[in-house]
Amino acid sequence: MLAVKLAFKNLIGAGLRTWLTAAVLSFAFVVTVFYNGLLDGWNLQARNDTQAWEIGGGQFWHPQYDRFDPFSLQDAHAGLSLEVQRLVEQKKLAPLLITQATAYSGGRMINVLLKGIDADQRILRLPTSCFKTDSVEIPAFIGRRMAAAMGLKPGDALLVRWRDQHGVFDAREVTIVQIFTANVPSIDNGQIWLALDRLQDMTGLHNQATLLVAATDHQTPIELSGWIFRPPSFLLKEFEEIIRSKKVGSSIIYGLLLAIALLAIFDTQVLSIFRRRREIGTYMAMGMTRSQVIGLFTLEGGAHSILALLLALVYGFPLLRWLALHGIGLPEVADAVGMTMGEKLIPVYSAGMVLFAVALVVVSTTLVSYLPARRIAGLKPTEALRGKVQ
Amino acid sequence: MAFDLKGNQAGCLCFRAWTFFITAAAFMENKQIIDINNLVKRFPIGDGYFTALQGITLRFVAGEFAGLVGPSGSGKTTLLNLIGSLDSPSEGSVVVLGHEVSRLSHRESAALRNYHIGFIFQTYNLLPVFSVYDNVEFPLLLQKRDAVGRRKAVMEALDWVGLSHKAQSRPAQLSGGECQRVSIARAMVKRPELVLADEPSANLDAKNSHHIIQTMKRLNRELGTTFLFATHDEKVMGYLDRIISLDDGRVARDERPLCVNEAQSDSTAEENGHARRQARI
Repeated sequence: MLAVKLAFKNLIGAGLRTWLTAAVLSFAFVVTVFYNGLLDGWNLQARNDTQAWEIGGGQFWHPQYDRFDPFSLQDAHAGLSLEVQRLVEQKKLAPLLITQATAYSGGRMINVLLKGIDADQRILRLPTSCFKTDSVEIPAFIGRRMAAAMGLKPGDALLVRWRDQHGVFDAREVTIVQIFTANVPSIDNGQIWLALDRLQDMTGLHNQATLLVAATDHQTPIELSGWIFRPPSFLLKEFEEIIRSKKVGSSIIYGLLLAIALLAIFDTQVLSIFRRRREIGTYMAMGMTRSQVIGLFTLEGGAHSILALLLALVYGFPLLRWLALHGIGLPEVADAVGMTMGEKLIPVYSAGMVLFAVALVVVSTTLVSYLPARRIAGLKPTEALRGKVQ
Repeated sequence: MAFDLKGNQAGCLCFRAWTFFITAAAFMENKQIIDINNLVKRFPIGDGYFTALQGITLRFVAGEFAGLVGPSGSGKTTLLNLIGSLDSPSEGSVVVLGHEVSRLSHRESAALRNYHIGFIFQTYNLLPVFSVYDNVEFPLLLQKRDAVGRRKAVMEALDWVGLSHKAQSRPAQLSGGECQRVSIARAMVKRPELVLADEPSANLDAKNSHHIIQTMKRLNRELGTTFLFATHDEKVMGYLDRIISLDDGRVARDERPLCVNEAQSDSTAEENGHARRQARI
């Protein structure tokens, strides 16, 4: 208690220097929380959106399916067993048939994927009910990005060409009945969605699918004969690695800020130990042990972090809360990034992340305070009392 | 020069009553508070050594009001530091309150100072960020005394030095004399057996010097605390019961000027100091 009281009195007594250091430290803390919150928020938002729009509770892949190799699609399909059909009827699985195709729009030839999905599925948020129309022969929907890239709008017809199960080319006009907006580019760019039964007819792959999307809220058996289960952690691995690398990048920014603040604290500590030798000698003469004096100076330096946290609470808490409520709007060009990203990024501040930031600031501050304070251990009380530099 | 306790026992009859009761009782019980034998202290300088103290043998008993006097560089502060266990001897022994200083660990030295020795410095060494009350309370906090006991002891100590009304003031708001009185209160608040004062009046004017020394003399008389000064101030010497003159790291003289006049008052002490200065001139 004595050390705490003395440390804070000395700190406050130092005036502006203390507050400047605390301000930089608090800024580093707020930026740390903000950046991590932003990336965590992005991660959460992307995970939720990707699960809602694309992967559900995981996917069962045909063994030959490789999402990075379009040529694998030719053979990556299998018939739906009775068990799978039962689960589809129970809305626990949504089969998807995928095939390569070429779309001709505005005189351009564009490689696309035709994706067939059940019109009655409820697992993904895709607007599959729009397939239930008799007004057009082959109804299709596409995403906003795809529509923008190809200059399409609802009601437009689009010629597509594909190979059937025997490798024979066929071509038909599909009609765009709806354009959906989703934050997930991987279901949007270069993809045309058709009704599953229609695509099966077009390709001759009756009752067949490339993959099965599992429902998030249903207990789906993990083992389905002839299919390989890919959990969300597998399907989101690349995205999470990107987030992780972004975190490393952002840590450089707040690391620099933290380093500036820590340098100021280190400097203050070195200066304190240099200038306050007589005070150190007095403590020793009054009966403090060297370790107690080291503890006192370490605490004094470390107390910067407490002031910084209090300061951060004053301006950082309202600011971060406001951002969490209103989000950060992203410019239109963010769509071109090709990653799952909403119109707004909503930072998410988890207790663990905030505690990490607090621990980072407190521990690093205490450490840089301790390093110069260690020199007190080698200080003779008699020399210290004379204010002599050793 | 060694001071023979037994040889001086008879002479102590001429001490003032208070000095007699305290000092004589200690003599009777042979309560030696400091025992220094063949003390040598050397400091390394370049390739060689500088000998600051050589062959010092001294004994002090409880209740003494003694001073180490001598010119600058004679070894007063070095000896005081060794007695205060702030330093350790190169040769010989320094036993303070039964503890051989050179054998104490850092922690034990700190404990000895914390509980048994008070320090008064020339530059006061008060903590500027603390109030007078906090400064005086500091040694008691180190002893982890309870709040009620601390408050009582602090107020009592401030009362001794006449600064109760300045308890909440900061050192910067006090005069030099007041700062030194706070320093005395801080040294005395834990009721130590021994107070070591290093040039306590060096930064004070004559009036404040007398006031400070009179305060310490009164505490010595009333509480029986042993005071040991390092000084070259003639004003202080006028109050000392025992003067040990150091010259070039050796004891040149060990005398008890107050023994010749039992009824010597504080004003006489002032006159003593004045006479000493005149004699020197």
